[in-house]
Amino acid sequence: MNNQYVAPAGFKRWSVIFMAAGLLTLILGIIFLNPMAGSHGDNVNSTRFWAVLLQNSMFWLMLVNVSIFFIVICTLAMGGWQVAFRRVTEAIATLVPVMGGITFIILLCVIFGQRADIYPWLDKAALHHDKVLNGKSGFLNPTVYLATSFVVIALWIFLGKKLNQLSLKTDAMGPMDYDTSKKWLKQNMGISAYYIVLYLLSVGSILPWLWLMSIDAHWYSTMYSWYTFASTFVAGLALITIFVIYFKNQGQLEYVTKEHIQDLGKFIFAFSIFWTYLWFDQFMLIWYGNIPEETVYFKVRLQGHYSGLFYLNLVLNFVAPILIFMKAGTKRNYTIVTFMCIVIIFGHWIDFYQMVMPGTVKNNPHMSWFELGIPLGFIGIIMWGVNKFAMKTSMTAHNNPFLKESIIHVVGP
Amino acid sequence: MIKKFVVGSFEDEKVLFPAVKNVRRAGYKIHDVYTPFPIHGLDHALGLRQTSLHTMGFIYGITGTTIALWGMGWIFTTDWPLNIGGKPHFPLPAFIPITFELTVLLSAVGMVWTYCWLNKMMPGVKKHHFSPRATDDAFVMAIECTAKSNVAEIEAFLAQNGAIEINVQDAEDGWWFGRYDKEQKLYRTEEVGVE
Repeated sequence: MNNQYVAPAGFKRWSVIFMAAGLLTLILGIIFLNPMAGSHGDNVNSTRFWAVLLQNSMFWLMLVNVSIFFIVICTLAMGGWQVAFRRVTEAIATLVPVMGGITFIILLCVIFGQRADIYPWLDKAALHHDKVLNGKSGFLNPTVYLATSFVVIALWIFLGKKLNQLSLKTDAMGPMDYDTSKKWLKQNMGISAYYIVLYLLSVGSILPWLWLMSIDAHWYSTMYSWYTFASTFVAGLALITIFVIYFKNQGQLEYVTKEHIQDLGKFIFAFSIFWTYLWFDQFMLIWYGNIPEETVYFKVRLQGHYSGLFYLNLVLNFVAPILIFMKAGTKRNYTIVTFMCIVIIFGHWIDFYQMVMPGTVKNNPHMSWFELGIPLGFIGIIMWGVNKFAMKTSMTAHNNPFLKESIIHVVGP
Repeated sequence: MIKKFVVGSFEDEKVLFPAVKNVRRAGYKIHDVYTPFPIHGLDHALGLRQTSLHTMGFIYGITGTTIALWGMGWIFTTDWPLNIGGKPHFPLPAFIPITFELTVLLSAVGMVWTYCWLNKMMPGVKKHHFSPRATDDAFVMAIECTAKSNVAEIEAFLAQNGAIEINVQDAEDGWWFGRYDKEQKLYRTEEVGVE
């Protein structure tokens, strides 16, 4: 504990500045964008306000939630290499309650504000003459939507907190003997097993349907949830990597070497390709089938105002990672890795943008102060939360039974 | 090419690592080290350069991509244009899966053969075994001798560094086709000696 992390003044200042910028944007948005006005899409600014909030809250919530998922899969696979920087993932995981709360408040506002411009299935009048929406109303209705969201977010928070507590407990326990560590691992595995089932049922299937796919309520795709999962997972890994490099530069994480950074880079590389694979699966089948009720989703994205974003999305999330992260040398260079992580997070933020916007603001896409100010607030919250966690605890989990495996981890060239 | 080797066997990797270091520092040329199982960091200790396998893999992959895209593009636009489901003559999304498959196929198959080539082992190819115990419980280091080498000195040096079994072998350093039809006297007598 003699190497306690102390936040540099600049970091704290910037996190507060970002949060203030986000808050200011939100207030200006409430003043200028008429969030209470017409819920049927007659006021573009009003729709824009809620669409941007929805996009950002969901993106950043799923992004921080990836940290818990990362701990969980490493625990269940008995992985040891990540232990040297495990506290970083735990630090990001502490933000799930904050982000979950923000997201749930926004969801409540959207549902009780009857925002039919965001979710067409909220329009009760349309249900009578719209056969498709009526047929889906057993699933797409406020009760199912809110109950599922609440239960899932609450369970994420609960299980994530349990895992964090288990890890933090080891700081006081001292080095563990064989039996204690076995018992401790078993407890970890129990929680992780619950969590991975929950994650599969939430991010892996039902949540993206409710939160994002139901914006285009007439359209559906069976690839959608996995596609969303891949998008958030790779961006979440990029976020973890950025903070690992940050803490390494601050003199923390003494056991993290280039080997760990290279492995994180490999993960990002692999899941960027996985994302492309799912993206392409969804696109090609619809493109080839050429059925009007399916192609409507890509028509607005490919031929309208969003065509630039459509290709930018591919360049940022596929071409850039595959070309830059292919060589081992680039994955071991902190500067290039940091740069690529920022590109990837931005790329997947763009990905979420093009998931949400065409169905909501339709032919009036904006990318100005409000769209760029709100994410600043979320970034500020993440910086502040990670900082707060790191100030209180040791950034290396010294008593984790797998720590030695992590220290001697070598993959190198 | 038949060369003279001084072969030392070690019983433990803990002895092997300092021995490798000392032998290299003394300036002897290590032909190779044979171990019963892969040992992390040994390639580093031996000072082997990084493998060129992945570079070749990239080249094979790019070749596959080019062949697939160029081939299908040429066939469906120039050689035999067909109207398939009203799609354009060069429907890129429809070509991607085949392009992907050919990229993977060429890089995988090419890398397997390159791997064999780099390791000097192929189906039907034979290589000299310096010690049969390398497949079981011994770590075998073969030091290459030149005309100027003092064999007795190398043997003494290996013994000093903890080798438990030392002998001198004249052996083919590369690989050859067929059976053990070369002169393998040392190898055979040693096997008889071990019983």
